[in-house]
Amino acid sequence: MKIMVAIKRVVDYAVKIRVKPDKTGVETQNVKMSMNPFCEIALEEALRIRESGLASEVVAVSMGPSQCVDTLRTGLAMGADRGIHVESNGALYPVFVAKLLRALVEVEKPGLLILGKQAIDDDCNQTGQMVAGLLNWPQGTFASKVVLDKEKQVVTVDREVDGGLETLCLDLPAVITTDLRLNLPRYATLPNIMKAKSKVIKKYSPQDLDVEIKSDLEVVQVIEPPKRKAGVIVSSVDELIDKLKNEAHVI
Amino acid sequence: MEKWRAGHRFLRYSSTKSFFDLRSKPISEKATSNHTLGFERNGRRKRSFRDSLSFLGENKGLLGVSVGRGIGNGVGFQVRCFGSATTLVQRNPSFSTLNSDDMNYFKGILGEKNVIQDEDRLSIANTDWMHKYRGSSKLLLQPRTTEEVSQILKYCNSRFLAVVPQGGNTGLVGGSVPVFDEVIINLGLMNNIIAFDKVSGILVCEAGCILENLISFLDTQGFIMPLDLGAKGSCQIGGNVSTNAGGLRLVRYGSLHGTVLGLEAVLANGDVLDMLGTLRKDNTGYDLKHLFIGSEGSLGIVTKVSILTPPKLSSVNLAFLACNDYFSCQKLQMLLLTRLAGNVNQKLLVEAKRKLGEILSAFEFLDNVAMDLVLDHLDGVRNPLPPSLHNFYVLIETTGSHESYDREKLEAFLLHAMEVGLVSDGALAQDINQASSFWHIREGLPEALMKAGAVYKYDLSLPIEKMYGLVEEMRTRLGALAKVVAYGHLGDGNLHLNISSPQYDEKILAQIEPFVYEWTSKHHGSISAEHGLGLMKANEIFYSKSTNTASTHRSVWTGATNGMYKEIAGPQKNT
Repeated sequence: MKIMVAIKRVVDYAVKIRVKPDKTGVETQNVKMSMNPFCEIALEEALRIRESGLASEVVAVSMGPSQCVDTLRTGLAMGADRGIHVESNGALYPVFVAKLLRALVEVEKPGLLILGKQAIDDDCNQTGQMVAGLLNWPQGTFASKVVLDKEKQVVTVDREVDGGLETLCLDLPAVITTDLRLNLPRYATLPNIMKAKSKVIKKYSPQDLDVEIKSDLEVVQVIEPPKRKAGVIVSSVDELIDKLKNEAHVI
Repeated sequence: MEKWRAGHRFLRYSSTKSFFDLRSKPISEKATSNHTLGFERNGRRKRSFRDSLSFLGENKGLLGVSVGRGIGNGVGFQVRCFGSATTLVQRNPSFSTLNSDDMNYFKGILGEKNVIQDEDRLSIANTDWMHKYRGSSKLLLQPRTTEEVSQILKYCNSRFLAVVPQGGNTGLVGGSVPVFDEVIINLGLMNNIIAFDKVSGILVCEAGCILENLISFLDTQGFIMPLDLGAKGSCQIGGNVSTNAGGLRLVRYGSLHGTVLGLEAVLANGDVLDMLGTLRKDNTGYDLKHLFIGSEGSLGIVTKVSILTPPKLSSVNLAFLACNDYFSCQKLQMLLLTRLAGNVNQKLLVEAKRKLGEILSAFEFLDNVAMDLVLDHLDGVRNPLPPSLHNFYVLIETTGSHESYDREKLEAFLLHAMEVGLVSDGALAQDINQASSFWHIREGLPEALMKAGAVYKYDLSLPIEKMYGLVEEMRTRLGALAKVVAYGHLGDGNLHLNISSPQYDEKILAQIEPFVYEWTSKHHGSISAEHGLGLMKANEIFYSKSTNTASTHRSVWTGATNGMYKEIAGPQKNT
């Protein structure tokens, strides 16, 4: 069985986000870009399934500008067998990513598609659900535990829901999106970085996959949240009560 | 500087209870009479350089509680003796003790709020980060301006009250806390950034600015501080300068002697020395600011600093490597820093090396004992490399301006190092989070050591090829008595030798000292690379400085504190 994993190149988790002065988006020039942390977890899970002998190949897919190849190289260095890059310079909203993924699934025919539950840049949390809908596959989102049964061709997924854990049993092929506590992704070691250099990354364009990128969404503006005002130290209980009453209007 | 986890409130600033004192004349007399004693190497006389330069003498019971043991008022006692064998000092009886007039005077200058006698706050200020050194000061002063510092010192000088300057109190040698009942002068409230020039990168700020705040401020301006260390969340720039803190970026940006352009300091008699220039070049007479850098507060209190900051570069790469032996670590460094190394023909590699030497920003190492310690004692830390028997680990950080180019060069270099067997395994951080977790291993070591129990810390400069020999000899000497943990700034030839055991034990200490100092001295090293002398090593200066040099130190000190400063500083005069 083959596992396909979608990985996204995003502004590094640890970078302080700055909004562009013209309010069209966030600054990505000269900013450290890395693999979306949830996608790292998705890839790690796929690698663990392969290492336990339940899958034969892990294919990493990324979409976006040419620098996505760097993110794919990271994925290959972690252990993915090969990469696919769908090159596109425009904005890619979840629905197009889902359509492109569906097209790739038809080419690659994986038994399992694993994605991060959301990307930390736009926080959409939509792609996994949409692609499952488009493919008409069962979906296990926000997975915190994944157990694959090769014999029965089912996968059992523990999901983190508000009330606790929900356990689902999905028939393969299926879509899984990963939550934070599923696993701890491995580091890219030098021997694996070396091996990754000879791994293949295949390039597609949206046209090759017969997907038209035509957005019906328009970003009006992107602005920073209002800055939190600095606190004050009050000198007495009376002053505190006065402020709560007359300034905060909470008592 | 050893890096510490930011999560903790740590310390570090000036130091010196040691030679800083406030009344010149009686002290200089005492110093003269003790000259020979203090400077005698290995004499093991419990009269130190520090103490010959004056100290609070008397018993422990300064403020009424007399510890009546011994004869007369010269009772020595072992001050928190865990750190060092030779910390026996006595309070100089000629120092006064505080009275209510003093308190009123200080309240008059500083206001009620900044004259602190609260026991809880004093107990924190009296104790160092390792809980190894503890003073019994009854007064903590928090001046807000240079003028206030000057008034405090002038008054203390006239009243003959001993003082100890304190910053973030993150020091490791007992320099930042009182020995006896010295008045603590904490500069934490002097935390304003005075000016920043975006063209030249020159920052002027007050001494109490916390290093991390300066780093964050500069980050918004597109610059970085030329020094970085684990205690950055608590340590203050004035203390960094007074102790000449080294840290993780020294290999790239050099020491504070190079980056500090000017200082303002207040002398013991209250005189303010304005050396707060922002000039890159100034050849008018002695460059006195250098005397204050690393003087641990013995010459005066640094109140303002002007410092040259480098621009922030966008491309940072970090590799965590494993080596089988120390020789490989050392060779790796040679390979890295040699611009055109020997027998390699590949163009890429030659280029990589040339490029790497330029962009190298840290070169750190730890041995497997250190690694095990971190894994055992810190939560959430994991070995970046697959479990295997590695003896040494090396962290290499590069900082440059060209992301993919820098990375390509680093990868090419590391792959070559692996092919030729210098590196047995390694991992390259793929994002900032991974980089932080690699750094956390190195930076978390002091904390892990604290959690492991008692620790004897030594901070040594040694020729790189000999450095690990000391660690091995120490292991042989100590056997099963204690664990010998080694890490440090390999790029700077700075070894942090830590002997860790569940409890402090005289038997262990006897095996370490003076052996560690003698060994260092024999190999022409320094017994304090970046931590300073403090209380712990005040007596041991002779292991690294000749008698003549040390006595010149003392002349400088006498000069500065006798009010003869101006005379010495005159460009026409020789001392």
